[in-house]
Amino acid sequence: MTDTMTAAPRPAAVAPIAPAEAPDRRTIISVRDFNFFYGNKQALEEIKIDIPEKQVTAFIGPSGCGKTTLLRNFNRMNELIDGVRHTGDITLAGRSLWDPALEVITLRRLVGMVFQKSNPFAKSIYENIVYGLRIAGVRDRATLDETVERSLRGAALWDEAKDRLHESALGLSGGQMQRLCIARAIAVRPKVLLMDEPCSALDPIATARVEQLIGELKKDFTIVIVTHNMQQATRCSDQTGFFYLGRLIEFGPTGKIFSNPSEQRTQDYVTGRFG
Amino acid sequence: MDNPVTHAAGFFGDNSVESTKMLGRSLGNRLLTGLCIALSFAAMIPLASILYLVVKNGLPLLGWSIFTQLPPAAGMTGGGFGNAVIGTLIMVGLGLAISAPLAILAALYICEYEPHGRLATAVRFTAKMLTGIPSIICGVFAFVAVVLVTGKFSAWAGGVALAVLMLPTILLTSEQALLGVQRAYREASYGLGATRFQTIFRVVLPEAVPAIMTGVMLAVARAAGETAPLVFTALFSQFWMSSLMEPTASLSVLIYNFSTMPFEHQVKMAWSASLVLVLLVTATNITAQLVFSKKH
Amino acid sequence: MATETPSTGRRAGSVGRWRPDFFRWFTGLAAVASVLVLGWIFWEVFREAKPALEKFGLGFLTGGQWQPNRERYGVLPFLVGTGATAGIALLIAFPPGLAIAIFLSEDFLPRPARQFVRFVVELLAAIPSVVYGLWGIVVVIPIVQAVGTWTSERFGHIPLLSGPAYGNSLLTAGLVLALMVLPTITAISRSSLVAVPHTLREGAYALGATRWEAIFGVILPTAAPGVVAATILALGRAMGETMAVAMLIGNSSRLSWSLFAPSGTLASLLANQFGEAEGLQVAALMYAALVLVALTLAVNFAGEVVLRYTERRTAGIR
Repeated sequence: MTDTMTAAPRPAAVAPIAPAEAPDRRTIISVRDFNFFYGNKQALEEIKIDIPEKQVTAFIGPSGCGKTTLLRNFNRMNELIDGVRHTGDITLAGRSLWDPALEVITLRRLVGMVFQKSNPFAKSIYENIVYGLRIAGVRDRATLDETVERSLRGAALWDEAKDRLHESALGLSGGQMQRLCIARAIAVRPKVLLMDEPCSALDPIATARVEQLIGELKKDFTIVIVTHNMQQATRCSDQTGFFYLGRLIEFGPTGKIFSNPSEQRTQDYVTGRFG
Repeated sequence: MDNPVTHAAGFFGDNSVESTKMLGRSLGNRLLTGLCIALSFAAMIPLASILYLVVKNGLPLLGWSIFTQLPPAAGMTGGGFGNAVIGTLIMVGLGLAISAPLAILAALYICEYEPHGRLATAVRFTAKMLTGIPSIICGVFAFVAVVLVTGKFSAWAGGVALAVLMLPTILLTSEQALLGVQRAYREASYGLGATRFQTIFRVVLPEAVPAIMTGVMLAVARAAGETAPLVFTALFSQFWMSSLMEPTASLSVLIYNFSTMPFEHQVKMAWSASLVLVLLVTATNITAQLVFSKKH
Repeated sequence: MATETPSTGRRAGSVGRWRPDFFRWFTGLAAVASVLVLGWIFWEVFREAKPALEKFGLGFLTGGQWQPNRERYGVLPFLVGTGATAGIALLIAFPPGLAIAIFLSEDFLPRPARQFVRFVVELLAAIPSVVYGLWGIVVVIPIVQAVGTWTSERFGHIPLLSGPAYGNSLLTAGLVLALMVLPTITAISRSSLVAVPHTLREGAYALGATRWEAIFGVILPTAAPGVVAATILALGRAMGETMAVAMLIGNSSRLSWSLFAPSGTLASLLANQFGEAEGLQVAALMYAALVLVALTLAVNFAGEVVLRYTERRTAGIR
């Protein structure tokens, strides 16, 4: 991984942004002609997609279809791996993610991520949440306190955590830890929240709480969620993209994808014929 | 729809305060990385100096005569340290003969028979503590236990001191080696009706031998370089070894004795002995690594 | 006809019946013997030290005079010397040791560079103590003597830097000792750093941290107990190191506060005087050996405890 230096310079993409399915929603992330390679192996092929703002977009598809790979490109996390490269472009609010003037650390503050397995730091709950602010140089105690409360409320964890803010985060239950990770991600006020199978390690009750949380979060954040649980996609998302073998097969409103898809392969997947 | 440019500007919060902070962060980042890399390569400097001097000062005197002749008297030139080489090899061999069987058998017990018993815990704890014992204490112990009892300094005493030094290392690495043998192998053997003894000897040990050998070689490499255990157990000798119950020369003690002598020739011999010792130790270490990686 | 199952080679009613039990006893005996060795060492040293223990008691530890001809024995100067050399060694070796560990656990440079540095560190660890001593005599002593003379002329009023500056001194021993314990610090710190789960690193980067913000903010704190353990174990190693110290420290039995003055450690005391000691001096030296063993054992025990704690903690994160 390069430090804060960006990759080879790309022309700033200031092309007009095509509207998403719902005409009154702006597109926030735009993917054009995107191919992605791990060394010689091509993981994504000619991806073209528009993620609408302040909605929940789900990526579904069988294992290895590239949905997580695409997600991890939205905050350039794939660059932590050696030997990756891409062609095509991804823009965030019209600006290329690889624009040399855009620091990757700025990008990651704007596009947050919640991982499959919750990964709280070995610090207190309080310190976990303010970590993102501390590294941005925020030191004022009042701001930090206020952020902690706002984030924990936003993650529906405030009531359970407010009396143990300075205890270790590792003492929380699995579901609580994941909500803490969500709180930590939203503490820096990102515009987009990426979630990589956030409930796969959780029990049904914790899953339900996180899904409920997603429904509330979308008022303030654009959410892109990767899930292999189709029912979850149906419950939570507004838009769904179906991926297969590195290609985007179909993208549209969730209702349509699951009840009346245009592509046969989509139909096969959502009805469980394979996957 | 917004003009994408202004939308982008507001979105990304482009303001000068933000960007100077960013600049500071990335600059500091790069400085620290540079410092880290510099320190890492700085560790090379003393090593390079040591290796350079060992080769430069030790090579001139290195020849066949070095291994076939005896150490010169003080102030005299010529001679060699053949007896020291033999002495080192023999005493390390003695130490190995004493410690290796004991250590491997003990490792077998704590791995195969009662891995969670109190004895096993005691053994592991003792071994770990023994690795921390200063090597001179091994010498002191061997002095009391062998020299005082037999009344003379001897190669046996030196061997015992080295055995105490090698025991914990061989024990701990052997245990790791045995643990490395997958359960599947053992279960296959038991499933076919073998006894515990048969399983150990026919299946587990053969699998674990390369890793055990690695541990043994690492212990040998370490023991060969040690001086403190030998200084007052085997002492030193100017002569060829004629019995194991006599003071015996060794490479490390020779280096110790000769390096502080005010004679240039002796100091040069110390360098040559250092070269031989470093080569011996390095060769043993590399062989150990090769054996280990061949297996894996 | 012996019924022999080809795959197991076991014969019915064979010798193999009693062998397992015998073997178990045999190996068990070896295990017991290994444990007893430690006790045996203690016992022998203790027994020989008894005359001195009886004569000097605990005053041995605070006595500042070591005079064999007057039969006065006190190891305070050597205790101080042991602590001081080990302290200097750790102070000097810790920053580069940790830096190298970080270098080896991150990917600032491609893998061949890391393997090279790793090889260098392993080589440093493999060099015998006497060779370090010999090198120290030829390279480090002149340097320290020159620096010491220069410093003590200007800052000699500070006791720590007062002259006259000898080459064989506390500082020389400390410097070479630093080189010898560096591999210990690096090796153990590196394995703690590498043990930090990858998901924690990703979490830090995903929040927009730069590399070093992630290292200082998340990775190092998580690996901290392991780094502490590394330091403690390095301390133990430094305290027990004998030959290089004996060759470089000047072997004085007088307590001095200057870095540039000759000094002594418990280990170097033993190395120097044991060969020619007689009577009470032997007992006194044995007493000193006992103190050394107790010290190093205590330090190593502490290091092991911290290491065990580290393993339990990182296991909890996964």
